[in-house]
Amino acid sequence: MRSGQRDKGNQKTSGDYVGIDAILEQMRRKAMKQGFELNIMVVGQSGLGKSTLMNTLFKSKVSRKSVLATAQEKIPKTIEIKSISHDIEEKGVRMKLTVIDTPGFGDQINNENCWQPIMKFINDQYEAYLQEEINIDRKKRIPDSRVHCCIYFIPPTGHCLRPLDVEFMRRLSKVVNIVPVIAKADTLTLEERDFFKKKIREELRANGIDVYPQKEFDEDAEDRMINEKIREMIPFAVVGSDQEYQVNGRRLLGRKTKWGTIEVENIAHCEFAYLRDLLIRTHMQNIKDITSSIHYEMYRVRRLNENNTAVSHANGLPEHHLSAHEM
Amino acid sequence: MKLPLLDTESSRGFILRRTATTMASTEIARQAGEGARAVPLAGHVGFDSMPDQLVNKSVNHGFCFNILCVGETGLGKSTLMDTLFNTKFEGEPTQHNQPGVTLKSNTYELQESNVRLKLTVVNTVGFGDQINKEDSYKSIVEFIDAQFEAYLQEELKIKRTLHSYHDTRIHACLYFIAPTGHSLKSLDLVTMKKLDSKVNIIPIIAKSDAISKSELAKFKIKITSELVSNGVQIYQFPTDDESVAEINSTMNSHLPFAVVGSTEEVKIGNKMVKARQYPWGTVQVENENHCDFVKLREMLIRVNMEDLREQTHTRHYELYRRCKLEEMGFKDTDPDSKPFSLQETYEAKRNEFMGELQKKEEEMRQMFVQRVKEKEAELKEAEKELHEKFDRLKKLHQDEKKKLEDKRKSLDDELNMFKQKKTAAELLQNQAQQAGGSTTLKRDKERKN
Repeated sequence: MRSGQRDKGNQKTSGDYVGIDAILEQMRRKAMKQGFELNIMVVGQSGLGKSTLMNTLFKSKVSRKSVLATAQEKIPKTIEIKSISHDIEEKGVRMKLTVIDTPGFGDQINNENCWQPIMKFINDQYEAYLQEEINIDRKKRIPDSRVHCCIYFIPPTGHCLRPLDVEFMRRLSKVVNIVPVIAKADTLTLEERDFFKKKIREELRANGIDVYPQKEFDEDAEDRMINEKIREMIPFAVVGSDQEYQVNGRRLLGRKTKWGTIEVENIAHCEFAYLRDLLIRTHMQNIKDITSSIHYEMYRVRRLNENNTAVSHANGLPEHHLSAHEM
Repeated sequence: MKLPLLDTESSRGFILRRTATTMASTEIARQAGEGARAVPLAGHVGFDSMPDQLVNKSVNHGFCFNILCVGETGLGKSTLMDTLFNTKFEGEPTQHNQPGVTLKSNTYELQESNVRLKLTVVNTVGFGDQINKEDSYKSIVEFIDAQFEAYLQEELKIKRTLHSYHDTRIHACLYFIAPTGHSLKSLDLVTMKKLDSKVNIIPIIAKSDAISKSELAKFKIKITSELVSNGVQIYQFPTDDESVAEINSTMNSHLPFAVVGSTEEVKIGNKMVKARQYPWGTVQVENENHCDFVKLREMLIRVNMEDLREQTHTRHYELYRRCKLEEMGFKDTDPDSKPFSLQETYEAKRNEFMGELQKKEEEMRQMFVQRVKEKEAELKEAEKELHEKFDRLKKLHQDEKKKLEDKRKSLDDELNMFKQKKTAAELLQNQAQQAGGSTTLKRDKERKN
């Protein structure tokens, strides 16, 4: 195909409007009609305010607090994975939000391999998508149950990451976008918070953990600039609340204590607003894109190659043969 | 509106409609859109910016649109493309003596405000020019299939880059109908019938300024009824979205569009407009009373470009993919109706292929070994010959040497004998001198004798 370059953008007169840019409107219409899907997973020990944060983020009861009925009720022996979907709508935009909760994470005495059920769940979603994709008779829109984002709750100790945190994030940052947050950040003063954050960033760097937004997926200089600013702020120190209080004549979401009211959406008090903006208002599409075009593709390559090597070893073929041939 | 708190197990009525599943096994039962509860929001969350985020991403990425123009030579296909997109695309008018139908495609990058469009225009060269037109449609079908095939190959790759793949699948096929005023030609019907399951066909009446208004109405009716009676599925503008349903359904009734193309501008009143000037009047391209060009542009570009792309991907491409994979022997479920992994069948095919490859390799190796052996044998022969030659020469040499030795020996012997004779003669001479000089004469005589 011959490629002729004609950039007529500068030479148009007013009567020469073709209407190519109407495709943006068409895309918008299509998107509004189809609606969006978002799957968020929350991971952290019980009592860190995961459900409350989800409810605060989406301003509705999307997550159910896991309340243990009695004190005698046993701590669950295994980690459960609970997935709840909601249809929410705002200004004509419909979204199917799925919150995946992981009660029991980090609650046992021996927490070895507690990330395994979570890894398995994430990989199962990739597998389900892959299976549908390689079907001969496949659906028009493959239902997307892949985990787009995993919010990891760090307890506000103020010192450094615990071995469990490091292990978990190290393993999972390779398969899913991890957004670490400092939970219940109203127990830290500003200095403690800054120190804690710096320590956490150092530890993440030292362990080679790449959390969202990952450096290697920055597309251009503009992206890099925006993402660098975000990277300097993570992990976000958040406070969640679903109760409103009167502050200065306005009704705001907050936590009321004897020494004052913490306003959740006030950036001087906590960084909830930054988290919300990142997750929902600016980077939601980007999060989904990275999940589908990078994490999912990596899973797919691994999975398809698995079959190859299994079969090839049976045939006695050396592996390098297969890398040269692609379907 | 605040929801009632649901943290008591007694309110099972609500919980029933919620899809809350616990991971006892690895199954999560969730159908898209099914069973998820609608939840009202208590404030502004902000995900109404999602369409904007999506549009921004697409703008950064750029768009792709591929049009195929099918029609006889001389129906004004290139001119219409130029008029539609307001640019002068490359190419001179084609000759009429092509031996077969070939497809020529050109890609252009257009930009309008912040939208970058990679437009590919594919022209059928020589369509309808041959005497025997039975196979005319074949190269078109092959071309369309080849684009689907390329996309399918990319999709099936292990390491693939779908988001940066340049999509060459044909999104819209403009079928140019000659303005005879009577009915469709059989070539048109056959071609359209072959193409309707592979591409979105939009039939247009070319050079429609050759038909009068009344004839045009009859022509359009005739064409539509012929298409219907032959079961040709042309592209219908979608009417399921309320914002465009009305305009689309009106336009559907105006198909096929009667168009006139022109890149030349004529002064009408005080404006320069695209038009064709005749001695008896001027046909204005963008005047809706004169022709349907504006309608075509509206429908093709301004209203339904995205839908055309979507239909190509979700309907035509999926159909192609399904047929191709079934042809290659893949199935979704095996005879025991257990779900077949596509990969398993992949692997089976790949192993077949590898097996064949191995066999060929073996053959080549055998041949190679054979050749080497032969060459070795030849070389050995040559070596042997050389040895023999060497031996012979050596022998000759030795013989010669021997002869020379013998000759030398005999010469030496002669020399010795001569020396002996000489000494003997000298001795006698001395003796004779001592015996007296009287006998010198005698001796001289004797010596002389």
